[in-house]
Amino acid sequence: MIFKRTWLVVALCLGLPFSAQAHRSWMLPSATVLSGDDVWVTVDAAVSNDLFYFEHFPLRLANIGTPPQQPGGRGGSPATLTISAPDGSRVEPQNGNIGRYRSTFDVPLKQKGTYKLAVVNDGVLASFKEGGKVRRWRGTAEEFGKQVPPNAEDLRASFMQSRMEVFVTAGKPTTETLKTVGTGLELSPITHPNDLVAGSEARFRMVLDGKPAANLKVTVIPGGNRYRDKLGEMTFTTDAEGAFAVTWPEPGMYWMEAVVRDENSPVKEVKQRRAGYTATLEVLPQ
Amino acid sequence: MRSLLSLSITGALAAPAFAQEITVSVEIPRLTVAEYHRPYVALWLEKPDQSFVGNIAIWYDLKLKDNEGTKWLKDIRQWWRKSGRELTMPVDGLSSATRAPGEHRITVAPDKVPLKDLAAGEYHLVIEAAREVGGREILRVPFRWPATAAQHPQVKGEHELGRVALDIKP
Repeated sequence: MIFKRTWLVVALCLGLPFSAQAHRSWMLPSATVLSGDDVWVTVDAAVSNDLFYFEHFPLRLANIGTPPQQPGGRGGSPATLTISAPDGSRVEPQNGNIGRYRSTFDVPLKQKGTYKLAVVNDGVLASFKEGGKVRRWRGTAEEFGKQVPPNAEDLRASFMQSRMEVFVTAGKPTTETLKTVGTGLELSPITHPNDLVAGSEARFRMVLDGKPAANLKVTVIPGGNRYRDKLGEMTFTTDAEGAFAVTWPEPGMYWMEAVVRDENSPVKEVKQRRAGYTATLEVLPQ
Repeated sequence: MRSLLSLSITGALAAPAFAQEITVSVEIPRLTVAEYHRPYVALWLEKPDQSFVGNIAIWYDLKLKDNEGTKWLKDIRQWWRKSGRELTMPVDGLSSATRAPGEHRITVAPDKVPLKDLAAGEYHLVIEAAREVGGREILRVPFRWPATAAQHPQVKGEHELGRVALDIKP
């Protein structure tokens, strides 16, 4: 139990979704399809079991609010929220706050088009024996080479890469912000992510390091599971082009997740890699 | 067959000369609710496969300062997805103020889009209403263009719209 808890805290500090422990990290925008001139969205961000309820930890973001003392935690450096405007420029989040169970921030949508909110993180998680005791370590790839002895006993290390995204459109949807970066696991939408309608099919492509992520399992869970008995998750497997199609059963907010575990760590001292992608997607009624 | 054919040819040829027009009658129901706001309404033409043809009218709160009424246009959801998000409101000849409960008539002129140069075929007049702190309703009224005989198709809404009827004279 202590073992699990420590790892959980480490994962939380890195902002990494640790699906093995059933906790889910997410951002929940107040709206994804907007009209009008002076419009804003407000966003909740949290780590929880149920979707989308604030019940466990706030999502700690470097540029949002003042982090409170983590109960039992070790602090650490949280990831930075990046907001891209339709023209590719950066937007600063406003009115950021970190509460006990959730973080919140506002985004003014001055331009027309599609904004992308992304929390991207990477680092190394390691464990090794020191003086007969198991020691856990986390940090950047650079620190790993300096701080962890390469010949440490029972050394296990993994490069952790994660990306969490939300798309929001004021006016007509645009595609500049849908371009992928080419590192880690990413969503490359075929159907625009702010054009999702209940009963209709949407197509997406998953890419790993910029290349199609074939034969990858993608999980989609509808929000609101506090008020139903079944999780209602849908699973898809990407084809050779990394593509998959979702037909949305109901309108609502959905959480999408995919994880790749491979041996393509970009850190030469580390072999294993875990690359995760999550997104919150809104599906509107017909 | 021959007479039908000649009729439709005559109809098509006659269209510009005799100026077929469509009169749309829209009933906004009187609702007994604690807080009532007039609905935002969009009327447009579609093909039977629901592809968008052209706008007829948008009724929204265009008098609010700073164009603030446009904030709720996305609540006319299908219209927003099919056309609204492409437009910069207000649009001359298209947008006007919201309407009070009662029956309203609008005339779709044959020499203006979307009727101008409209290919012969089956169409739907679509009406979508969204009311602040209320509900949303969408109706489709099928008709044939150009009309070779008088057409009076009508449908009836359930909560946000009353009777919606077309009057098309050949």
